[in-house]
Amino acid sequence: MTRKLMPMAFVLAAGAATSLAAAEVAPTDVVYDDYGAIEAPLTDAPTSLEDGAKVMTTRSMGNCVACHAVTALESAPFHGEVGPSLDGVADRWSVAELRGIVANAKKTYDGTIMPAFYKTSGYIRPGDAFTGKAAAEPLPPLLTAQQIEDVVAFLTTLKE
Amino acid sequence: MTRTKLTRTRLGATLGLLGGLAVAAPLAADENADLVINGDLKITVRAEAPAHLDGALSEITSGWIYRSDETQQLEMDDFDNPGMIFVDQAMDVWGTPDGTEGKSCASCHDDPAQSMAGVRAVYPKWNEEAGEVRTLAMQINACRESRMGAEKWDIVKSDMVNMEALIAVQSRGIPVNVAIDGPARETWEKGKEIYYTRYGQLELACANCHEDNYGNYIRADHLSQGQINAFPAYRLKNAKLNAVQDRFKGCVRDTRAETFKPGSPEFNALELYVASRGNGLSVEGPSVRN
Repeated sequence: MTRKLMPMAFVLAAGAATSLAAAEVAPTDVVYDDYGAIEAPLTDAPTSLEDGAKVMTTRSMGNCVACHAVTALESAPFHGEVGPSLDGVADRWSVAELRGIVANAKKTYDGTIMPAFYKTSGYIRPGDAFTGKAAAEPLPPLLTAQQIEDVVAFLTTLKE
Repeated sequence: MTRTKLTRTRLGATLGLLGGLAVAAPLAADENADLVINGDLKITVRAEAPAHLDGALSEITSGWIYRSDETQQLEMDDFDNPGMIFVDQAMDVWGTPDGTEGKSCASCHDDPAQSMAGVRAVYPKWNEEAGEVRTLAMQINACRESRMGAEKWDIVKSDMVNMEALIAVQSRGIPVNVAIDGPARETWEKGKEIYYTRYGQLELACANCHEDNYGNYIRADHLSQGQINAFPAYRLKNAKLNAVQDRFKGCVRDTRAETFKPGSPEFNALELYVASRGNGLSVEGPSVRN
């Protein structure tokens, strides 16, 4: 699988590059395999387990616990039960598979209720966040590349 | 749902032990409770699913059963039900003339306890003369404009919602029985399509939560079947009666979608379709919800 990174020349031209600038895969450039997995990380920046946990428990971010119970995140109240428990999820899925499910679970499970967190177009009546007003695609993805990698990093620690 | 309740209880206990979290666990719902209002008005909160659902639900249930014991109890006595205050207010309006014709609702419809009994149960309903399916709100506005010479009411504002509550309460206990055949069929099919369409950036259809996941929690929210037999609903979170199409709007908005407008053809069709999913449950409005 080819790792698709934003061309460095573009980043330099945009004037955003420093020696610390992370290369990211844009939502439209993500390569899923036939089973919905993503081999290459979406960013080459270092990941943070702490930030991953924050994304998973914060309503305005991933709010994964809205639907999934996670014993390791018990300090956040009210875990939901719409999706399966994530305890031991790293025993059941590879990193690439976890990344694919977080980015767009419909590539793994056709028809799943789970929203796609790294997708920007192809919606029916796309709205501007929670305002109820229309928004033109591409929409900002629900999570950034960094946030997805932080969540994936956290998920890989969930072993029975 | 026994397993569910155990899970919630255990979670609550764990939080309690951890301490320092001033958040209570969601209050348990008794999904097996029966609803009797004022000690004698029996409300059907569980019924056989109508045939037109083709097995999509094994049983239809009122949203009342998913609410906490405390919220359930508020609906069991009209002196505790805050929605009844607005019924009283609407009764004053019922008898007050408005518009160029000098008429009130009572001028034609006299005592709502007689004239409106059973009406809520069959709306939305095909109107032959107008050639359209009319929601109860549309019918009220048609009356105001054509018979009273009065201004239409905004269908999600209190004048309208309170009047709908006054009309609903005359049918409490009567089974919802909206017609979906004949000329209403096309509107019903349109509503059904909307019900199963996954809108917005979260790509959620009504069915994802209210058909596939009722009884489950999303964070602290206990999902119901999204039945509308109990509207208007007094919500503890906003302390007023709420119109069903205002709730539709909030739900679609929460999928990060461009919502439809209350009163739009889309929501009118959806109201007919969702009402039909509750055929067999009692009319229950004004209800109490969280």
